[in-house]
Amino acid sequence: MQLAARIQDLKKEYHLSGEVVRALRGVSLDVPEGDYVAIMGPSGSGKSTLLNLLGCLDRPTGGSYYLGPDDVARMSDDRLSEIRASRIGFVFQSYNLIQQLTVLENIEVPLYYQGRIDSRAQQRCRELAQLVGLGDRLRHRPAQLSGGQQQRAAIARSLVNDPRFILADEPTGNLDSVTTGEILALLDRLNRDFKTIIMVTHEDEVARHARRIVRLRDGLLQSDERMREV
Amino acid sequence: MGSGIVLRTWILGIKSLLLHPLRSLLTVLGIFIGVASVVWLLAIGEGISKKAQEQIEGLGADNIIVRSIKPPNEATVGIRGPVPYGLTRADYDRLVETIPTIERALPVREIRRQFKYGDHLVDGRLVGCTPDYAQVTQLSVYSGHFISEPELKSKAPVCVLSHEVARRLFPYEDPLGRTINVEEQKYLVVGVLEPKNPTAGIGGSLAAQDFADDVYIPITTLWALIGDSVFTRRSGSFEGEIVELSQLTLRVKELDRVLETADLVKATLAAHHRQQDTGVVVPLELLEQARTTRLMFILFMGLIAAISLLVGGIGIMNIMLATVTERTREIGIRRALGAKRSDITRQFLVETIVLSVVGGATGVLGGLICRPAVALLRWTLERTAPGAVENLPEVIRTVEPIIVGWSIPLAFGISVGVGVVFGLYPAMRAAAMDPIEALRHE
Repeated sequence: MQLAARIQDLKKEYHLSGEVVRALRGVSLDVPEGDYVAIMGPSGSGKSTLLNLLGCLDRPTGGSYYLGPDDVARMSDDRLSEIRASRIGFVFQSYNLIQQLTVLENIEVPLYYQGRIDSRAQQRCRELAQLVGLGDRLRHRPAQLSGGQQQRAAIARSLVNDPRFILADEPTGNLDSVTTGEILALLDRLNRDFKTIIMVTHEDEVARHARRIVRLRDGLLQSDERMREV
Repeated sequence: MGSGIVLRTWILGIKSLLLHPLRSLLTVLGIFIGVASVVWLLAIGEGISKKAQEQIEGLGADNIIVRSIKPPNEATVGIRGPVPYGLTRADYDRLVETIPTIERALPVREIRRQFKYGDHLVDGRLVGCTPDYAQVTQLSVYSGHFISEPELKSKAPVCVLSHEVARRLFPYEDPLGRTINVEEQKYLVVGVLEPKNPTAGIGGSLAAQDFADDVYIPITTLWALIGDSVFTRRSGSFEGEIVELSQLTLRVKELDRVLETADLVKATLAAHHRQQDTGVVVPLELLEQARTTRLMFILFMGLIAAISLLVGGIGIMNIMLATVTERTREIGIRRALGAKRSDITRQFLVETIVLSVVGGATGVLGGLICRPAVALLRWTLERTAPGAVENLPEVIRTVEPIIVGWSIPLAFGISVGVGVVFGLYPAMRAAAMDPIEALRHE
């Protein structure tokens, strides 16, 4: 089976006013393609650190991280930017759309940094907006949309570069229960279409949608429980 | 990077700026004022110095002008009656004979007199001169002729009127062929001149010349009929002077010998005049001084303009720093979605370049309307506060700004440069942000 991501003995230490904080103390995880992983854990467990490392926003102090054949753990800042632009789709708790851009333009942003905006790409952005149910909101700005609609736009954006996996950070944290259901249904559908999803959440309810729940505690893997096969 | 992406970068920059139209407008205004002031100040400076240069050139660059100066009163204390002073005919002969570089010398004697024709009276200057005088002082004849060589030789009692004197003495008649009275003498009018603008006074030794109330006669006639001792009635009392020559205009054969000739002239005069009763004016020297002054003027104006551009640049930096802080979250999002540091730098740099180019372009337009704007300003001032305008120095009242060609690319270039320089720091600060921190920013 192809792996979307593989981390081996990943470590991260911070130096805070002379003290060494060991946020991750050696975590290994294989994420096969088509998997849907929920990462859970109390605050301080290393959840956010792992998320930043998986998202290539930060570099580990030890271990390795393969996104495909390359170890991204030692890459330069610019290479990491390229990896983020081409292999990872981000979905954030607070949507993080750019306010002055329309829905369509927001969806295009990752392509922009790959230098790949042409009419075919724009057509794809429209199709993705359609897919998440925003086909009639293309020219709207984020402020004109509800929270659920903004998160749908963000999900469309995360798909535009055809990433190896979608990295979702508390994607329903700011939404009411009805909208939460809608967004989770959308993620479920994407996963059924063989999109790999890694989601950080602290809600059991939300985590139950995943195929597999990984729990962290004190920078170590506490449990890795598979509920459904890929 | 494709051209589509480049275009998008610019469109995005403009869009971001339009999010805060007032803020962007004020920033542009700073650059606008800077650029327009560069063009304006240089244009006005050029206008003023050009005028000064023209006035000096009007004196003739290859001329040396020697004038009689009345010595200070204390030099003649205790002596009753007028004391002779100034240039003499002997000086004239000496200069012409001993200095070979002098091509020719024009003697001039001026006296204040009252001119009379019928009931019309005009106070003015009676100028005894030679035929060359018209050419050297750039007088042109309107009708008749200027004093001729035969008239000079024969000491003929003829005169040539300036345009203004002719207009006032002969409002309804052709003055040619008529005779005017100057005290007890009579002179036949043989010519009338075109109007001539006054020349400016230069230094202490050459007073401003207003040619409007002049009447010209052959200098030989003046010597024969009036002589050197001249008494003038002035407000009830008599004033006398004994002067042979008021002025000598020496023309030098070659332009590059002017300065050494002037030194010789000064030395020759100093040897024969114990008191300071002559003054030497060298237009070429003045011209060179004027050129230096012009350079200093440009430098000074440039400095002022540079300061205003600097202020504009600081305005840009200020706004961009605020913008960068405000858009920290956006920077974090863009970094997360794949923007490199250089992409972020470019994005913000594009915005400052848009601001400074718009400011620069409008500033150049604002600079180009300098002439009509100054004319309008003058017109308005004359309408609203005529008294204040009259009190202004003549140069300021009449200055015509001349737009200096190179000031336009210079001002524009500097404004764009200022945009880049002052935009670079905020843009690099934006790029240096840690994406994780930036994403957390509220």
